[in-house]
Amino acid sequence: MTAAATPAASPATTGEQPGVRLARSRRNAELSLLLLAMVLVAAYGATVEANMLDTVTPDFWVPAAALGAVFLGLHLVIRFLAPFADPALLPAVALLNGLGVGFLRRIDLGEALPPERETLAVFAGQGGRQLAWTLVSVILAAALLVIMRDHRSVSRYAYTLGLAGIVLVMIPAVLPGRFSEINGAKLWIKFGESFSIQPGEFAKLALLVFFAYYLVRKREVLSLASRRFLGIDFPRGRDLGPVVVVWLISLLVLIFEKDLGTSLLYFGMFVVTLYIATERVSWLLIGLVLFFGGAYLAYFLGSTVGGPFANFYLRAEIWLDPFADPHDKGYQLVQGLLALGTGGLFGAGPGGGQPGLLPEVRNDFIFAGIGEEIGLFGLSALLVVYLLIVERGLRAALAVRDSFGKLLAGGLAFTLGLQVFVIVGGISKLIPLTGQTTPFLSAGGSSLMANWLLIAVLLRVSDGARRPVTAGGGKAARPSAGPPEQLHGAPTEVIRP
Amino acid sequence: MNAPLRRVGVVVMILFGLLFANLNWIQAYKADEYRNSDYNGRVQVAEYERKRGNIEAGGRALATSKETTGELKYLRTYPDGAKYAHVLGYKPVNLAATGIERIENDFLAGTSDQLIGDRIKDMFTGDQTGGGNVLLTLSNKAQDAAYDGLRNNDLGVKRGAAVAIDPRTGALQALVSMPSFDPNPLVSHDSKKAQAAYNELEQDANGPLKNRALTETLPPGSTFKVVVAAAALENGITKDTAIPAGSSYTPPTSGTPIRNAAASICPEAQVTLMEAVTESCNTGFAKLGVRLGADAIKEKARQFGFEQDDLTVGQLGEDGLPVAASHTGTMQNADGGDDPAALAQSSIGQRDVRMTPLQGALIAASVANGGSQMRPYLVRQLLAPDRTTSYYTAKARELRQPISGQVASDLRDMMVSVVENGTGRNAQINGYTVGGKTGTAQSAPDRPDHGWFIGFALDKNGTPISAVCVELEQAGSGGSAEAAKIAGRIMRAVIADPGSR
Repeated sequence: MTAAATPAASPATTGEQPGVRLARSRRNAELSLLLLAMVLVAAYGATVEANMLDTVTPDFWVPAAALGAVFLGLHLVIRFLAPFADPALLPAVALLNGLGVGFLRRIDLGEALPPERETLAVFAGQGGRQLAWTLVSVILAAALLVIMRDHRSVSRYAYTLGLAGIVLVMIPAVLPGRFSEINGAKLWIKFGESFSIQPGEFAKLALLVFFAYYLVRKREVLSLASRRFLGIDFPRGRDLGPVVVVWLISLLVLIFEKDLGTSLLYFGMFVVTLYIATERVSWLLIGLVLFFGGAYLAYFLGSTVGGPFANFYLRAEIWLDPFADPHDKGYQLVQGLLALGTGGLFGAGPGGGQPGLLPEVRNDFIFAGIGEEIGLFGLSALLVVYLLIVERGLRAALAVRDSFGKLLAGGLAFTLGLQVFVIVGGISKLIPLTGQTTPFLSAGGSSLMANWLLIAVLLRVSDGARRPVTAGGGKAARPSAGPPEQLHGAPTEVIRP
Repeated sequence: MNAPLRRVGVVVMILFGLLFANLNWIQAYKADEYRNSDYNGRVQVAEYERKRGNIEAGGRALATSKETTGELKYLRTYPDGAKYAHVLGYKPVNLAATGIERIENDFLAGTSDQLIGDRIKDMFTGDQTGGGNVLLTLSNKAQDAAYDGLRNNDLGVKRGAAVAIDPRTGALQALVSMPSFDPNPLVSHDSKKAQAAYNELEQDANGPLKNRALTETLPPGSTFKVVVAAAALENGITKDTAIPAGSSYTPPTSGTPIRNAAASICPEAQVTLMEAVTESCNTGFAKLGVRLGADAIKEKARQFGFEQDDLTVGQLGEDGLPVAASHTGTMQNADGGDDPAALAQSSIGQRDVRMTPLQGALIAASVANGGSQMRPYLVRQLLAPDRTTSYYTAKARELRQPISGQVASDLRDMMVSVVENGTGRNAQINGYTVGGKTGTAQSAPDRPDHGWFIGFALDKNGTPISAVCVELEQAGSGGSAEAAKIAGRIMRAVIADPGSR
């Protein structure tokens, strides 16, 4: 597939890039922003204590400092191993993660008896667990940066990762409900009562590596061979095969794991990477028609046949009118809306709300719980931080020189944004509610680890994108030594100014 | 690949724009609606942060708040359980409040405008001053007598009601509806338990949640003869005027004859009005009604309070517990002329005549109070949380003047005769002048009759002390005598509790 492209190798691989700014590592900017984020997290903790304990304990800064130390470690790894990585990513994610730990600690405080509140240990409760998970996740992210010196190296394991991704997706669906079902969604692998992992969070990453690799190889055939119909180029039937396979997987997820959100996530991820690879709007249209057609069919079957579709039908009904059954079926969504509404524009202040009234406030409804306390203005700021992460990821995709990197970074960044959309849209009744985690905020190790790995990949790709061609090891400048044989000559592009 | 990447960036911005717009919709536009939603527990948590005031009567706390360790800080408790339930109502976490708990909610909760001073003070001191206290007019002894009397009635009747009023002021002395219910489970902080308790009461065939004393009407039977007698007295008839009677009377347009309760009652062709009331002579009153005409009877009933559908019992001149309208029903033909059959039956309190127990008590009270009907009320006083300042003290006022002093005096003599010589002997009280009227009302051919008694007690100086109505639904034979007995006990309890007056 690369034979045709090799002779036409763009100037990017051979010479100085026009339009690229003088390379600056910007690590000091990252460090300053990181410190600012930790100051915000500490201030949040102090406000929580002031509201809940009527005093600020002398140890209020300890969780923020512990987090700061962890993130500082990652910063040092980046400084030495990915010096040209995007400087905004780490501080933005650190802020979200820190606020998540702070809010979980705030819930622990609310549940502790008043005399125990002032002495709640740093590693106690869910907040403490989340702090520990953060440590593990950041170590994993650092390890990934250490192992993966060039993002293209992962393409070597693309098929392995693709297979692993499908297996990870399927495990909860195949397992009996008692090993995999929590709150009606079969998304987990449960080990005993207290420990469970959500393989779908990791499958997301594995599948995306596979998609990116597969699409880079197939992009010509997918984008060139087509039939024109109604003014739009449609692909040939036989090229539709993989799309249909992924569509079926996402429908199986929908039906057997009873989870629209994950299904939407996988499918959206695939369709968007397909679109980026082929630049064909027709793929988007086909994807949208298939997804909404499938969802409507599931809704229709749920209302008539029931069975495996009943859960989806029920969720859609709740979405259409949550107040029809506010004490039972619509309870979660109604309570989420009431929490957000009570927060209003400015919120009750950190520590001033009633997150105890919200079901699943540590997981699905954490955004509503936080929203009650920080209000519309605070939530808007959080959305902007998410948007910043996603757009910085897309920015890395734009800037990186190889197609695989573009697809990988673009797909990961979009997936992160889509996940935020699915869960925040779900709890605010924009779309039907599905059990997704809120990246970096929700309690839970799987989600945190997977998303930190995702950030590590984005950091690595952005480092590759911003790294000057002639300096710093110049991996892109020595194609002969380029690790991934299949990809070293893949079509590349000049960054458009 | 950069062009689609840029477009994906735009798509993400649009998705986040949708989220942002939707959050604006929820947190700005719909915020007030969600904040004050009935399903929003935060409102309750805030409400339960402050100690709700007491409801008291005769120095006894009937509803009070206990501190708990739960999320809702104060638990409402009703120490007397079912006894005062229909007056106090209940203040549940999720369900709707009822009774005094509902109508005085703002004052009890401390959110009333009257208590603004306490709220402002709290802002500076950081305290949570409790809500205000509501003092009721009820007499503990009279309420005990009414509750025990109804519950332990000799006939085993399941449903009924009793009301006692101070005729001079309109202050309620007792109000019981049977069967009653324990409000404590309904205010449980476990909303599932509360809902289950409510559902059980709601589905009970005997309707314990209904306030029969105020909102349920039944045919009043012979107690309605007091109204017809009043109309007669105002139309040239005196208590000694002989009126036609007999053992049976068939109105011109009807084939069904009206008879007396027993063959021994007024078989004579003529009896005096006094005798007709004393013996409860059906034929005499049926003929009297036909002679007076529908308009005169309906008008007299209206003057006593029938057909009023907006009366409330709570504070005077304020919102209160709603009282259902009593009705005389139609007594006319389609062409507007009197229908003698309907008129005859209505004159003895049958056909479409319907009365609430409160209305019965108001009729007796008007007679006892020289023709002046006082506005009934339950709230005697609103006391500040610190119990030093009074924000409201009831000042009795007349509701209407249904009859003149002379007519009232004649009716009083006749009703005293009922208790001394006639059907109401069970209500007699040593050393007091007691008057009344019994009633036995057919409900349906195959169901037992309802038993009624309306009456009053006067002291030696003729000062009215209490006016009572007792109703026993489907009591069967002896119902009105049992009602008279319970009424007598209630009035004795009022006499024994002079502090309540």
